Amino acid sequence: MSTHTLSVLVENSPGVLARVASLFARRGYNIDSLAVGPTEDPNVSRMTIVVNVEGHALSQVIQQTDKLINVLSIIELDPIASVQRELLLVKVTTSPETRSQVLETVQLFRAKVVDVAQDAVTIEATGNSEKIQALLRVLEPYGIKELVQSGLVAMERGLKPGKSHTPDHD
Amino acid sequence: MSAQITGAQSLVNSLESAGVDVMFGIPGGAILPAYDPIFDSSIRHILVRHEQGAGHAATGYAQATGRVGVCIATSGPGATNLVTPLADAQMDSVPIVAITGQVASAAIGTDAFQEADIRGITMPVTKHNFLITDPRDIPRAIAEAFHIAGTGRPGAVLVDIAKDALTKMTDFEWPSSLSLPGYNPIMDPTAESVRDAVALIADSKSPVLYVGGGAIKSNASAELMKLAELTGAPVVTTLMALGTFPDSHPQHLGMPGMHGTVAAVTALQKADLLITLGARFDDRVTGKLSSFAPNAKVIHADIDPAEIGKNRIVDVALIGDLKATISALLPELKKKFESAKPDLTEWWAQCNSWRIKYPLGFDEPTDGSVSPQYVIQRLGQIAGPDAIYVAGVGQHQMWSSQFVNYEKPRTWINSGGLGTMGFAVPAAMGAKVGAPDAVVWAIDGDGCFQMTNQELVTCALNNIPIKVAIINNESLGMVRQWQTLFYNERYSNTDLHSKRIPDFAKLAEAMGCVGLRCESKEDVDRVINEAMAINDRPVVVDFSVHRDAMVWPMVAAGTSNDDIVIAKSMAPIWDSQEL
Repeated sequence: MSTHTLSVLVENSPGVLARVASLFARRGYNIDSLAVGPTEDPNVSRMTIVVNVEGHALSQVIQQTDKLINVLSIIELDPIASVQRELLLVKVTTSPETRSQVLETVQLFRAKVVDVAQDAVTIEATGNSEKIQALLRVLEPYGIKELVQSGLVAMERGLKPGKSHTPDHD
Repeated sequence: MSAQITGAQSLVNSLESAGVDVMFGIPGGAILPAYDPIFDSSIRHILVRHEQGAGHAATGYAQATGRVGVCIATSGPGATNLVTPLADAQMDSVPIVAITGQVASAAIGTDAFQEADIRGITMPVTKHNFLITDPRDIPRAIAEAFHIAGTGRPGAVLVDIAKDALTKMTDFEWPSSLSLPGYNPIMDPTAESVRDAVALIADSKSPVLYVGGGAIKSNASAELMKLAELTGAPVVTTLMALGTFPDSHPQHLGMPGMHGTVAAVTALQKADLLITLGARFDDRVTGKLSSFAPNAKVIHADIDPAEIGKNRIVDVALIGDLKATISALLPELKKKFESAKPDLTEWWAQCNSWRIKYPLGFDEPTDGSVSPQYVIQRLGQIAGPDAIYVAGVGQHQMWSSQFVNYEKPRTWINSGGLGTMGFAVPAAMGAKVGAPDAVVWAIDGDGCFQMTNQELVTCALNNIPIKVAIINNESLGMVRQWQTLFYNERYSNTDLHSKRIPDFAKLAEAMGCVGLRCESKEDVDRVINEAMAINDRPVVVDFSVHRDAMVWPMVAAGTSNDDIVIAKSMAPIWDSQEL
């Protein structure tokens, strides 16, 4: 099993998320994360779906998803040829002794503090999965009170103006 | 601008514009506004007795005619009763459109009376579906629904319309073009894939044309015949494809699969190339997938790209409409064969030896009862290849696939993928409506018949004179067969006692049909001929048959096709070189 990032353009119509989710559920595809949001075209939304499948099953995931009438295009994003980001908000316990160390970590990871309380700071960080995981590993010993993370969003690198890639035989 | 009309009138205008000539349905609260303009419409509405019957009737109509079948029901239970036929049609790629009423848009989500989220419920069992809350969207949704149902890989589409969208006033304009940017079925295979396929065919010493229901859907029978005769390869037709290639043709080895012929099953196992045409490597065909056709390369022609590699890795994918695909293959293949045409003599010697050694057959019961296979065989011989045969699901279905000879496409209608018991009577009704000049025989089991026979009332009242042969072994026969083979003859809940209750002949009479009975072999022909002579009313014949008859050959579920059994504990005896 390996993870793959799929970028899916869908019609912005009611029920489209349910269609995709229902398809993944009934065909037994594992979703690691899913993010949906608007695009430059108000009629079109983009889903970034991270799936955990073997190579052969990946083409099934792509073909079955592409079959949904509301799905306009679907591509697999190459991790090297794309920018991939997650958003993390994490509330870390701090004491007068540890606060400066935590703030130093925030600096190192180019994260930022977005809320401060007596005994905790809330940190916002964006980055790829590895960076977010690394940050969490460093913060963990201080005590994580609460954590929320977005799904991955991703985009192809380069100037290519929204060229949609559809499966080979299209 | 034309005068405003109600959404309901817009719906009926839309259905007329889509070319609908008949629909099957039942009114109810939420769909009631639509039934008022239906009263004045040119569309024939057939009032069924259960929504499931409406759905299967639409399917039977579609399978017999190739057109989109239509059913209509109200919200809540009316709509949920359509779920089985929608799933059935979708599994067998049959084009149907279901129209359902929905509670008023303001009430959606409040658990209102007769509210069910039918769009959500049917998402997994339809090709696409719609929820319409604005009357202006009705014509576009209907046009898109028919287009989606009937093109590409056909399937089931549901259009759910809120009651207030039916009652509000709106303008009617039938769309001149459709905008479905996410739906572009591929019709023609690439030239490269055609060349690759031709190269594999020219190189094969033991090819098999593995033909599925897609050949019927794309009306490719004539092209298939040309391809078969050009290649000279053996042909097998799946349960969904029976009739697309004549059973009488010398190259036809029969049906593959769990209850296929030894020759068809074994030819696939031993082939070096499967030329797969509109078939989908269903588990009932492949048996244990890892041991299916182990030495074969695979060409897979299908209009649905998602079928490629779903179950079996392929060597060449031909994505497109099958008729167009075969038409593209033929000239290339002819050219190729001019220089090198493979010699299939040895392969045919093998195939013929399996065919001669292990023909389909059955034993006569020793207790004097009638053999079900004999009844079905005689029915096929007397009604002939122009009749349409519609089966339910179970032993009678398998025997009908084995012992009736199909010569033409769309003369065999059954529930293949979903395996819906109770399919036969309503589907036969739909087939007869679509093909009123054909003799339509429903071959049904006594178990199946008791699930949906109320549609015979619909048939009797609407001049739809179908014929029903109940193959009555007073049990859920296929389940009983598995209990015999795999559960030590412990017949848990499969005895229906239906020789006594109900009295099928009387039940038929009560529903306005002619009820006949046949209890001995000598009477079989006479009773079939009697039924054939009645054309003003539906006829039901209760054929009392041997209850221990079994369907053979059989590949037990989950086992390898190499382990096909021709009768209880009897495997074919292979020559050593064949193993």
